This record gives sequence, C-alpha cells and structure tokens, in this order.
Amino acid sequence: MNEIPLLHILFVSTALFFIGMYGFFTRRNIITMLMSIELILNSVNINFVAFNKYLYPDKLDGLFFAIFIIAIAAAEAAVAIAIIINLYRSHSSIDVEDADELKF
Amino acid sequence: MVQYTFYFLSFLAILSALMVVVSKNPVHSVLYLIITFFAIAGHYVLMNAQFLAAVHIIVYAGAIMVLFLYVIMMLNLNADVEPHKSKWLKFAATITGGLLMIVLIGALRNVSENAAAGLPGNDIGLVKNLGRVLFNDYALPFEVSSILFLSAMVGAVMLGKKEIK
Repeated sequence: MNEIPLLHILFVSTALFFIGMYGFFTRRNIITMLMSIELILNSVNINFVAFNKYLYPDKLDGLFFAIFIIAIAAAEAAVAIAIIINLYRSHSSIDVEDADELKF
Repeated sequence: MVQYTFYFLSFLAILSALMVVVSKNPVHSVLYLIITFFAIAGHYVLMNAQFLAAVHIIVYAGAIMVLFLYVIMMLNLNADVEPHKSKWLKFAATITGGLLMIVLIGALRNVSENAAAGLPGNDIGLVKNLGRVLFNDYALPFEVSSILFLSAMVGAVMLGKKEIK
C-alpha cells in the first residue's frame, strides 16, 4: 500500500496549487476565479491527507483539518455566490474590471 | 496496480485542472472541475481516507458545483461574455506561477524521505474511528464550524435579498 512515494503526491498537489494560482491571475471572470480558489484549497487538502498518512499513520488530525477546510470552503462559496449575484444585479456583469468604484 | 491508479488519477486531475483554467466557457470549466474533484476523491481513497472521499464528493460535486452551475445558468454566461485578457497579464501569471512552482519542486526534490511507513491500518479513515475522534478531541471546532455556517447563511441571505427602498 505504501509503494507510492510521498514526493509524487506532493508534486501533484503543487501542480494543482499553481494551476489554480495561474487561473486566479489570468481570468477576469469572477466565477472562474472562485473555481481557482477551490482548486487551491483542494491541493492543500491533498497535502494534509498525504502528510497524515505518511508521517502519522495512526492519527487523524490531518483528516480533520481537511474536513474543516471543506466546510469552510462550502460556507465561503455560499457567501461568494451571494456577492456575485449582488454584483451582477448592480453592474450587469461579473467581470472584476467593471467593479472599480473603490479603485481610485 | 495501486501505482498505476495513482498515476492515472494524477494525470486526470492535472489535465482537467488545466482545462478548468484554460477553457473559455464557464460551464465547461465547471464540468472539468467536477472531473478534477472526482480524481482528488480517488486520491483520498488511495490514501486510506474513505470517509473524506465521500464527504468531498458530496460537498463539492454535489453542493458547491451545483450552486456554481445554477448561478452560471441564471446569469446566462457563455463564451462571448468572457472578457478579453491581455497578453501581458498571462505572461506575468505564467512567470510568477512557474517560477514559484520550480522553486518549490526544487526544494522538495532533495528532501530525504524519512516517512514512518509503519503499519497504516486500512480502516483508519472509516467513519467509526473518525466519529470517535471528532466528538472527543474536536468537539469545540465542530461546534464553532456550526456557528460559522449559521453566520454564512445569514450573510448569504442578507446579501442576496433585494434592496428595500
């Protein structure tokens, strides 16, 4: 069961993290930016579970961190969707460049 | 066998994550993100976290992604809504993300693996063990997260309601 090296799991989660970061920087659509944040949170979750399994296989702390991160991500998505709907109502667009009243 | 499954799932996760970021249509992004979540759930199963995999699929693929799809359909977004992005921004994002990733992978590469590979019980991630620890050691964070959900619910309702003039 342990024939997968820990480093390969870490490489996967690093790749997912930076794909999410790239998406967060390049997309101007606020929903896709939110999806990039979900990708970043998931890569962190993979790290927590991998370290829990490989370093402390008899404990469950990493799993609980992952579960609480999932819970917080759900709450965050709900609030963010409400903000997006409000933004669309007032600007008729979900482009982040259009909401620039606080910029200058 | 486990190794092949792991590499297949990693390939699937990274490929569909790239498609999430690259594809122009937000609906396609959401569908690729669901594929990514299923691949990540497969990773959890391989790492003996079966309950976490189930929770992950239920919460992400079942709740959050449905919410996203609803909003995308309600706001009637499609590919030609996607705004123009400048080449410079893409270039800067590639440089930033790529350099940081190279640094991190370079730092990880030389780490000596002194992982305790000692007897991982296959049933450590099942709901019986998790529930016992959750309601003993993690009872306070559990209750605090319920307060978090309550405030998130109130906030979402307050933000989403129409402006009363």
